[in-house]
Amino acid sequence: MLLIECPFCGPRAEVEFRCSGEGHIARPETPENISDEAWADYVYMRTNPKGLHFERWMHQHGCRRWFCVARDTVTHKIRAIYKLGEAKPALDEPKTEGEGA
Amino acid sequence: MKRYSIFSLARNALGHHANWQAAWRSPEPAAEYDVVIVGGGGHGLATAYYLAKEHGVTNVAVLEKGWLGGGNTGRNTTVVRSNYLWDESSAFYDFSLRLYEGLSKDLNYNVMLSQRGLVMLFHTHHEEMMAQRLAEAMRLGGIDSEILSVSELKKLVPILDTGRDIRYPVRGAVLQRRGGTARHDAVAWGFARAADDRGVDIVQNCAVTGILREGGRVAGVETTRGTIRAKKVGIAVAGHSGVLAGMAGLRLPIESYPLQALVSEPVKPVLDVVINSGTVHVYVSQSDKGELVIGAARDSYNSYAQRGSFPIIEDQMAALVKLFPIFSRLKMMRQWAGIVDVAADASPIIGKTPVEGLYLNGGWGTGGFKATPGSGWCFAWTIAKDEPHDLNAAYTLDRFSSGALIDEHAASGVGH
Ligand SMILES: Cc1cc2nc3c(=O)[nH]c(=O)nc-3n(C[C@H](O)[C@H](O)[C@H](O)COP(=O)(O)OP(=O)(O)OC[C@H]3O[C@@H](n4cnc5c(N)ncnc54)[C@H](O)[C@@H]3O)c2cc1C
Ligand SMILES: [Zn+2]
Repeated sequence: MLLIECPFCGPRAEVEFRCSGEGHIARPETPENISDEAWADYVYMRTNPKGLHFERWMHQHGCRRWFCVARDTVTHKIRAIYKLGEAKPALDEPKTEGEGA
Repeated sequence: MKRYSIFSLARNALGHHANWQAAWRSPEPAAEYDVVIVGGGGHGLATAYYLAKEHGVTNVAVLEKGWLGGGNTGRNTTVVRSNYLWDESSAFYDFSLRLYEGLSKDLNYNVMLSQRGLVMLFHTHHEEMMAQRLAEAMRLGGIDSEILSVSELKKLVPILDTGRDIRYPVRGAVLQRRGGTARHDAVAWGFARAADDRGVDIVQNCAVTGILREGGRVAGVETTRGTIRAKKVGIAVAGHSGVLAGMAGLRLPIESYPLQALVSEPVKPVLDVVINSGTVHVYVSQSDKGELVIGAARDSYNSYAQRGSFPIIEDQMAALVKLFPIFSRLKMMRQWAGIVDVAADASPIIGKTPVEGLYLNGGWGTGGFKATPGSGWCFAWTIAKDEPHDLNAAYTLDRFSSGALIDEHAASGVGH
C-alpha cells in the first residue's frame, strides 16, 4: 500500500486517492487546425514508461484537490510530489533492472 | 515430433517416463530470419505456429526474454468465452473460441478445454438492460447466450447467495454455455511444440533491446544474444507493448497495469461454472485440483511490477464472501499479478505499424487468453500477406485517429 503525501493534507493511504494517469499533457492550442493524427496523439497516445513517470493524482476521499506525482512504475517509489502548473522536477532516470528488456 | 497418444503414454510408463522427447529444441539463434516474433507468450507462439501451418513461412524465430508462457499467458485465470457486444468483437472472439474447440486435436496436445459455462451476474436494473442487449446481440451474431432468472441461477449455482437482503441482490445472469476454461500453460506449450515441429526456432532467455531500421523499413532486432536480422518483425509482448513500440519510435494508445489473481486452498467440488460479477467485482471458478481461482479488477495506476496492490485483494475478497458465504473460511494460498496492456477502447490492435515490416499485436488488456488462437491466426495472416484478414481489419492502430473505435469497456464483464 502506498503512503502518499497530499500537498494539502499530508500523508494518507493509497485508497483515499485516485490516479488519473499521465500528467503534463497540454491540450493543443487550436484543435481545429491540427491533423487527426495530432489530435489522436493528444487524446489517446500515452508515454507508458517503464521507470520514471509523471502523473496526476486526486485526493478523492479527502480534500478532492489535484496534484502531480513523479513515481517509478517498477518500484512504485514516489520520487516527487508537486502542485499542478509546476514544471516537471529534474530527476535522474534510474536504470531499472531489465530495462529495455 | 513423436505424437502423444495412449500408446506413447503406455510405452513411456514402462520406461519410467525417462525417455520422453523434449517438447521443443533450444537452438542458438541464427543470424537472420524471414520473420522474428518478439514475445514467447501464447500469442507469439500461436502466430509462429499459424505462420508455418497456414502460410508455409517456417524460417521464423520466437524470441522470449524469460521462459515460455512466463508472462500473462502463465498468470491468467484461464477464462475463455465470446460474449462481446460489437460485431467486430463477436466475430473475432467466437472465431478464436471455435479454434479452441479443435485445438487439442490440431496441436496433438491436451489444452484441457472445459466448456463448463460462463455465468455473468447482473445486480441492478441498468445492468439487466445491458445484459439483455448483450445476449440479443450475441444471438444475432450466431453465438449461444441465455438469460437466467434468479431461480434458474439458484439451481445452476446452489452456493450463490440469491437472498434479497444483501447490498446488491442478484437479479439474474447471462449464460454462455460454450464459455469455460482451458489450461494456460498447455496452450503455450502446445503451440510451442507444434511450431517447433514445423521448423520454428524458439529462443528463450533472449530479450530484444532494440529494433533495427534501414531506410524506414525494419531490418531486424538487437538482443541480449546479439543482432538478429529479419525481413519482418512482429511484436507480441502484452504489458511491454509500449516499451517495444518505443524502440521503434512509436507511441501507442496503451497503458500498462497490474492485474492480479488469487488461488485458495483446494476443496471438494462446489462450483462447476465460471461465475462473474461486474458490480461487486469478482469472478471465480474451481480448478481441477479443487482450488478456487479468483480474479477481479486491475490496479488503478500504471505499473510494470508483477505484484498487485492490497486494496484490490480486500475488495475482491469482500465481494466473494458476500456472493458465496460458504467461502468465508477458506484460506488463500497464492497471489500474483501480470502486467496487462490496456488500450483506450479496451479492444486489441492486430495490424501494421507506420514502420514498414513491423507489425503489432497488443492491447489485449485483461482478456487476451481467450483470444490466443484467433490472435495468432490473424497476426500470422497479417504478417504473411502484409494486410489484415477480414476478422482483424477493424483492429488497426489508426482507428484511434479515424475514430472507428471498438468500445468494449462494458462488455468485458468486469469493470476495468
Ligand atoms: C491475473 C490475470 C488474469 C487474466 N485472466 C484472463 C482470463 O481469465 N481470460 C482471458 O482471456 N485473459 C485473461 N488475462 C489476460 C491474458 O492473460 C493476456 O491477455 C494474454 O495471456 C496475453 O498473451 P500474450 O502472449 O500477448 O502475452 P504474454 O503471455 O505476457 O507474453 C508476452 C511475452 O513477451 C515477453 N517479452 C516482453 N518484453 C520482451 C522483450 N523485450 N524481448 C523478448 N520478449 C519479451 C514476456 O516475457 C512475455 O513472456 C489475464 C491476465 C492476468 C494478468
Ligand atoms: Zn488532500
